[in-house]
Amino acid sequence: MKIQRIQELTDASIVCGSEKRENDVQCAFASDLMSDVLTLDCGNVLLVTGLCNLQTIRTAEMAEVSYILFVRGKKVTSDMLELAHENNMVLMETDHSMYHTVGELYSAGLLPIY
Amino acid sequence: MLFKFELEGGNFSKVGYASSQIKKVLKQLAIDPRIIKRVVVALYEAEVNVVAHAWRGTVVAKLDADKISLELKDEGPGIPDIPLAMSEGYSTASEAVREMGFGAGMGLPNMKKNVDELTIESQVDVGTTVRMVTWFNKKGA
Repeated sequence: MKIQRIQELTDASIVCGSEKRENDVQCAFASDLMSDVLTLDCGNVLLVTGLCNLQTIRTAEMAEVSYILFVRGKKVTSDMLELAHENNMVLMETDHSMYHTVGELYSAGLLPIY
Repeated sequence: MLFKFELEGGNFSKVGYASSQIKKVLKQLAIDPRIIKRVVVALYEAEVNVVAHAWRGTVVAKLDADKISLELKDEGPGIPDIPLAMSEGYSTASEAVREMGFGAGMGLPNMKKNVDELTIESQVDVGTTVRMVTWFNKKGA
Protein backbone atom coordinates (compact mmCIF):
# COMPACT_ATOMS: atom_id res chain seq x y z
CA MET A 1 0.00 0.00 0.00
CA LYS A 2 1.36 3.41 -0.94
CA ILE A 3 2.15 5.97 1.76
CA GLN A 4 -0.24 8.40 0.13
CA ARG A 5 -3.09 5.87 0.45
CA ILE A 6 -2.23 5.34 4.13
CA GLN A 7 -2.28 9.10 4.60
CA GLU A 8 -5.73 9.38 2.98
CA LEU A 9 -7.25 6.45 4.88
CA THR A 10 -6.13 7.71 8.26
CA ASP A 11 -6.46 11.48 7.67
CA ALA A 12 -2.78 11.75 8.48
CA SER A 13 -0.28 14.46 7.73
CA ILE A 14 3.23 13.60 6.61
CA VAL A 15 5.70 15.49 8.79
CA CYS A 16 8.90 13.90 7.46
CA GLY A 17 9.74 12.29 4.14
CA SER A 18 6.78 13.62 2.12
CA GLU A 19 8.76 13.03 -1.07
CA LYS A 20 8.36 9.30 -0.42
CA ARG A 21 4.53 9.33 -0.60
CA GLU A 22 4.68 6.99 -3.60
CA ASN A 23 6.69 4.37 -1.66
CA ASP A 24 4.98 1.05 -0.91
CA VAL A 25 4.76 -0.67 2.46
CA GLN A 26 4.17 -4.42 2.56
CA CYS A 27 2.68 -4.83 6.01
CA ALA A 28 1.99 -3.09 9.30
CA PHE A 29 2.58 -3.59 13.00
CA ALA A 30 0.89 -1.67 15.81
CA SER A 31 2.54 -1.38 19.20
CA ASP A 32 3.51 1.05 21.93
CA LEU A 33 6.07 -1.44 23.23
CA MET A 34 9.46 -0.90 21.65
CA SER A 35 10.88 -4.28 22.66
CA ASP A 36 8.15 -5.86 20.54
CA VAL A 37 9.14 -3.65 17.63
CA LEU A 38 12.71 -4.87 18.00
CA THR A 39 11.56 -8.46 17.42
CA LEU A 40 10.19 -7.69 13.94
CA ASP A 41 11.74 -9.43 10.98
CA CYS A 42 10.07 -7.85 7.98
CA GLY A 43 11.10 -5.24 5.43
CA ASN A 44 8.98 -2.29 4.30
CA VAL A 45 6.86 -2.32 7.42
CA LEU A 46 4.67 0.49 8.74
CA LEU A 47 4.81 0.98 12.51
CA VAL A 48 1.60 2.36 13.99
CA THR A 49 2.23 3.66 17.48
CA GLY A 50 1.10 6.10 20.14
CA LEU A 51 4.55 6.20 21.70
CA CYS A 52 5.99 9.48 20.51
CA ASN A 53 9.52 10.13 21.74
CA LEU A 54 13.11 9.93 20.56
CA GLN A 55 13.32 6.25 21.48
CA THR A 56 10.57 5.46 18.99
CA ILE A 57 12.82 6.77 16.21
CA ARG A 58 15.92 5.05 17.63
CA THR A 59 14.02 1.79 17.90
CA ALA A 60 12.80 2.09 14.33
CA GLU A 61 16.36 2.78 13.21
CA MET A 62 17.60 -0.43 14.83
CA ALA A 63 14.63 -2.50 13.65
CA GLU A 64 14.98 -1.22 10.06
CA VAL A 65 11.52 0.33 10.16
CA SER A 66 11.33 3.30 7.77
CA TYR A 67 7.66 4.26 8.07
CA ILE A 68 5.96 5.39 11.30
CA LEU A 69 2.39 6.57 11.83
CA PHE A 70 1.77 8.27 15.18
CA VAL A 71 -1.80 8.01 16.46
CA ARG A 72 -3.93 9.74 19.12
CA GLY A 73 -2.79 13.22 18.02
CA LYS A 74 0.79 12.73 19.18
CA LYS A 75 3.16 15.36 17.78
CA VAL A 76 6.67 14.70 16.55
CA THR A 77 9.35 16.84 18.21
CA SER A 78 12.25 18.60 16.50
CA ASP A 79 14.86 16.14 17.78
CA MET A 80 12.72 13.24 16.51
CA LEU A 81 12.47 14.95 13.11
CA GLU A 82 16.22 15.43 12.93
CA LEU A 83 16.94 11.78 13.68
CA ALA A 84 14.23 10.63 11.28
CA HIS A 85 15.71 12.78 8.50
CA GLU A 86 19.15 11.27 9.13
CA ASN A 87 17.64 7.82 8.68
CA ASN A 88 15.48 8.65 5.64
CA MET A 89 12.26 7.83 7.45
CA VAL A 90 8.68 8.79 6.74
CA LEU A 91 6.78 10.09 9.78
CA MET A 92 3.03 10.66 9.80
CA GLU A 93 0.62 11.96 12.43
CA THR A 94 -3.10 11.30 12.81
CA ASP A 95 -5.61 12.37 15.42
CA HIS A 96 -7.41 9.02 15.21
CA SER A 97 -7.06 6.38 17.90
CA MET A 98 -4.91 3.30 17.44
CA TYR A 99 -8.05 1.15 17.10
CA HIS A 100 -9.61 3.39 14.44
CA THR A 101 -6.34 3.71 12.52
CA VAL A 102 -5.49 0.03 12.32
CA GLY A 103 -9.14 -0.76 11.53
CA GLU A 104 -9.05 1.51 8.48
CA LEU A 105 -5.75 0.12 7.27
CA TYR A 106 -6.69 -3.52 7.82
CA SER A 107 -10.05 -3.05 6.07
CA ALA A 108 -8.27 -1.51 3.11
CA GLY A 109 -6.04 -4.57 2.78
CA LEU A 110 -2.79 -3.62 4.52
CA LEU A 111 -1.54 -6.94 5.86
CA PRO A 112 -0.36 -7.62 9.41
CA ILE A 113 3.12 -9.08 9.88
CA TYR A 114 1.58 -12.08 11.64
CA MET B 1 39.03 -1.63 15.62
CA LEU B 2 37.93 -0.58 19.07
CA PHE B 3 35.09 1.78 19.93
CA LYS B 4 34.12 3.08 23.35
CA PHE B 5 30.99 4.93 24.45
CA GLU B 6 29.77 6.25 27.80
CA LEU B 7 26.27 5.70 29.17
CA GLU B 8 24.57 7.70 31.90
CA GLY B 9 21.90 6.15 34.10
CA GLY B 10 18.49 7.70 33.53
CA ASN B 11 19.57 9.72 30.48
CA PHE B 12 17.41 8.28 27.73
CA SER B 13 18.28 11.02 25.25
CA LYS B 14 21.56 9.29 24.45
CA VAL B 15 20.30 5.70 24.38
CA GLY B 16 20.98 4.17 21.01
CA TYR B 17 23.85 6.44 20.06
CA ALA B 18 26.40 3.64 20.40
CA SER B 19 24.16 1.24 18.48
CA SER B 20 23.69 3.81 15.75
CA GLN B 21 27.43 4.42 15.40
CA ILE B 22 28.21 0.69 15.32
CA LYS B 23 25.50 0.20 12.72
CA LYS B 24 27.15 2.81 10.48
CA VAL B 25 30.55 1.16 10.82
CA LEU B 26 29.19 -2.31 10.05
CA LYS B 27 27.36 -0.94 7.01
CA GLN B 28 30.56 0.65 5.75
CA LEU B 29 32.26 -2.72 6.10
CA ALA B 30 29.49 -4.29 3.99
CA ILE B 31 28.53 -6.80 6.67
CA ASP B 32 25.38 -8.81 5.88
CA PRO B 33 22.40 -6.51 6.75
CA ARG B 34 20.66 -9.34 8.64
CA ILE B 35 23.69 -9.70 10.90
CA ILE B 36 23.94 -5.92 11.36
CA LYS B 37 20.33 -5.87 12.51
CA ARG B 38 20.91 -8.67 15.02
CA VAL B 39 23.99 -6.91 16.42
CA VAL B 40 22.41 -3.49 16.78
CA VAL B 41 19.12 -4.77 18.22
CA ALA B 42 21.05 -6.65 20.92
CA LEU B 43 23.33 -3.68 21.60
CA TYR B 44 20.40 -1.27 21.73
CA GLU B 45 18.52 -3.46 24.23
CA ALA B 46 21.69 -3.64 26.31
CA GLU B 47 22.11 0.13 26.19
CA VAL B 48 18.52 0.57 27.35
CA ASN B 49 19.15 -1.83 30.24
CA VAL B 50 22.15 0.14 31.47
CA VAL B 51 20.38 3.49 31.26
CA ALA B 52 17.20 2.08 32.79
CA HIS B 53 18.79 0.28 35.72
CA ALA B 54 22.36 1.40 36.37
CA TRP B 55 24.03 4.63 37.48
CA ARG B 56 26.57 4.75 34.67
CA GLY B 57 28.25 2.44 32.24
CA THR B 58 30.45 1.94 29.23
CA VAL B 59 30.11 0.18 25.91
CA VAL B 60 33.21 -1.27 24.30
CA ALA B 61 32.89 -2.70 20.82
CA LYS B 62 35.78 -4.71 19.38
CA LEU B 63 35.60 -5.37 15.71
CA ASP B 64 37.59 -8.24 14.21
CA ALA B 65 37.55 -9.61 10.69
CA ASP B 66 35.20 -12.42 11.60
CA LYS B 67 33.22 -11.16 14.60
CA ILE B 68 32.13 -8.27 16.76
CA SER B 69 32.54 -8.44 20.53
CA LEU B 70 30.50 -6.10 22.70
CA GLU B 71 31.06 -5.45 26.38
CA LEU B 72 28.69 -3.34 28.47
CA LYS B 73 29.96 -2.71 31.94
CA ASP B 74 27.92 -0.76 34.43
CA GLU B 75 28.02 0.47 37.98
CA GLY B 76 24.62 -0.16 39.48
CA PRO B 77 22.37 -2.33 41.59
CA GLY B 78 23.36 -5.53 39.80
CA ILE B 79 21.14 -8.51 39.02
CA PRO B 80 20.43 -10.73 42.05
CA ASP B 81 19.00 -13.64 40.04
CA ILE B 82 20.28 -13.81 36.45
CA PRO B 83 18.19 -16.84 35.33
CA LEU B 84 15.06 -15.05 36.57
CA ALA B 85 16.09 -11.86 34.77
CA MET B 86 16.56 -13.89 31.58
CA SER B 87 12.96 -15.13 31.61
CA GLU B 88 10.55 -13.38 29.25
CA GLY B 89 8.22 -10.97 30.99
CA TYR B 90 10.24 -10.54 34.17
CA SER B 91 11.05 -6.89 34.77
CA THR B 92 12.06 -4.57 37.57
CA ALA B 93 11.83 -1.47 35.38
CA SER B 94 10.40 1.75 36.75
CA GLU B 95 7.25 3.42 35.47
CA ALA B 96 9.43 6.04 33.73
CA VAL B 97 11.20 3.29 31.77
CA ARG B 98 7.87 1.73 30.80
CA GLU B 99 6.69 5.10 29.54
CA MET B 100 9.67 5.08 27.16
CA GLY B 101 8.30 1.88 25.59
CA PHE B 102 10.57 -0.56 27.42
CA GLY B 103 10.50 -2.51 30.67
CA ALA B 104 8.32 -5.39 29.57
CA GLY B 105 10.92 -8.00 30.43
CA MET B 106 11.96 -8.60 26.83
CA GLY B 107 15.41 -7.00 26.85
CA LEU B 108 17.66 -9.85 27.96
CA PRO B 109 15.69 -12.52 26.02
CA ASN B 110 15.89 -10.31 22.91
CA MET B 111 19.64 -9.93 23.38
CA LYS B 112 20.11 -13.68 23.78
CA LYS B 113 18.08 -14.32 20.64
CA ASN B 114 20.15 -11.95 18.54
CA VAL B 115 23.73 -12.82 19.45
CA ASP B 116 25.81 -15.98 19.14
CA GLU B 117 27.33 -15.76 22.61
CA LEU B 118 26.01 -13.99 25.69
CA THR B 119 27.54 -13.97 29.16
CA ILE B 120 26.38 -11.94 32.14
CA GLU B 121 28.33 -11.37 35.34
CA SER B 122 26.75 -9.38 38.10
CA GLN B 123 27.37 -8.39 41.68
CA VAL B 124 24.57 -6.88 43.72
CA ASP B 125 25.13 -3.20 44.54
CA VAL B 126 28.31 -3.16 42.45
CA GLY B 127 27.34 -3.64 38.82
CA THR B 128 26.86 -5.87 35.82
CA THR B 129 29.01 -6.82 32.85
CA VAL B 130 27.36 -8.14 29.71
CA ARG B 131 29.47 -9.63 26.94
CA MET B 132 28.05 -10.48 23.54
CA VAL B 133 29.73 -11.95 20.47
CA THR B 134 28.30 -12.17 16.99
CA TRP B 135 30.13 -13.99 14.22
CA PHE B 136 29.84 -12.51 10.77
CA ASN B 137 29.92 -15.95 9.17
CA LYS B 138 27.74 -17.47 11.92
CA LYS B 139 30.37 -20.14 12.71
CA GLY B 140 29.75 -19.54 16.38
CA ALA B 141 25.97 -19.89 16.13
